[in-house]
Amino acid sequence: MSETIPASLDADLRALLADVLGLTPARAAGFTVQTPLFGALPELDSMAVAGLFTALEDRFGFVLEEDEIDGDLLETYGALLAFVARKQGHG
Amino acid sequence: MAEALAPMRWPCPGAGADGEWALVTQSGDAARVLIVPPLFDEMNRARAMLAAVMRHLATAGVAAVLPDLPGCGESVQDFAAQSLNAWRAAMIAAARHFAASHVLALRGGALVAPPTLPGWALAPVSGDAVLRPLLRAASLAARARNEDASPAALLEQGRTQGLVLAGYPCGAALIAGLHGALPAGEGQQAIALSDLGAAGPAPWVRQEPAPAPALAQALAARIVADLAA
Repeated sequence: MSETIPASLDADLRALLADVLGLTPARAAGFTVQTPLFGALPELDSMAVAGLFTALEDRFGFVLEEDEIDGDLLETYGALLAFVARKQGHG
Repeated sequence: MAEALAPMRWPCPGAGADGEWALVTQSGDAARVLIVPPLFDEMNRARAMLAAVMRHLATAGVAAVLPDLPGCGESVQDFAAQSLNAWRAAMIAAARHFAASHVLALRGGALVAPPTLPGWALAPVSGDAVLRPLLRAASLAARARNEDASPAALLEQGRTQGLVLAGYPCGAALIAGLHGALPAGEGQQAIALSDLGAAGPAPWVRQEPAPAPALAQALAARIVADLAA
């Protein structure tokens, strides 16, 4: 799977994670595609997951189908970024 | 001093003889703004910002009152007994008791603001938008317990029997009322967050409460400017 993910999308997603979870910009900037999210970030409990999905929908203008929501989506930062890019028609 | 926020009791419907608490600023008498807070957890996340808005307004000579919705905050009433109608009736009674000239509703608060008062609705949302993250969180929690409960199935259960959502024991009337509800303010103009141009995230987006000084200042400035226009 070759993906061309715009740098602006990557920056927007990091900013959104920082906003929703109250992370410092430096911490969000330090995420790599392998950085684990759900289960690794103490800020990300189940209510925060639902809030994050809603914020993703608002920010990026798509609707998440319930069958798209599973643990894999938030396994790593790279998985989430690839998903958002796909929903936006990139890659 | 003019900017002091003071708690004050008021005779809220359903609250009994002691009434409910509201946060009040006394400042001038040109305008008194009733603030209708967001619903559910967004209220807690926005509370510090709303207090800051009240201080800014008081400094500009505009009085404000921030009541709790029945069942929320310091309220003595049972959350499970609430509905959009009950909240709207309480906000209409608060507007009358405090002689509010304007209303500022935030997010889901626009669903229960007194419909005929002039004023503003900041980032108003539909009842379905209020329900979606709550149902989604309940569905995720059910899945973590190895139960299968889609948000749609939970909505149906909630509409008929009531449901605990994000720790709030919601009665059937509240969930049925939220489903399909749209903000219906006649005299209130909607303000989008982007209209205010304030830096930083809206406090209700944050999963942990945090102040939003730039947004509080921009919102108060917009209200003061509109009142002077």
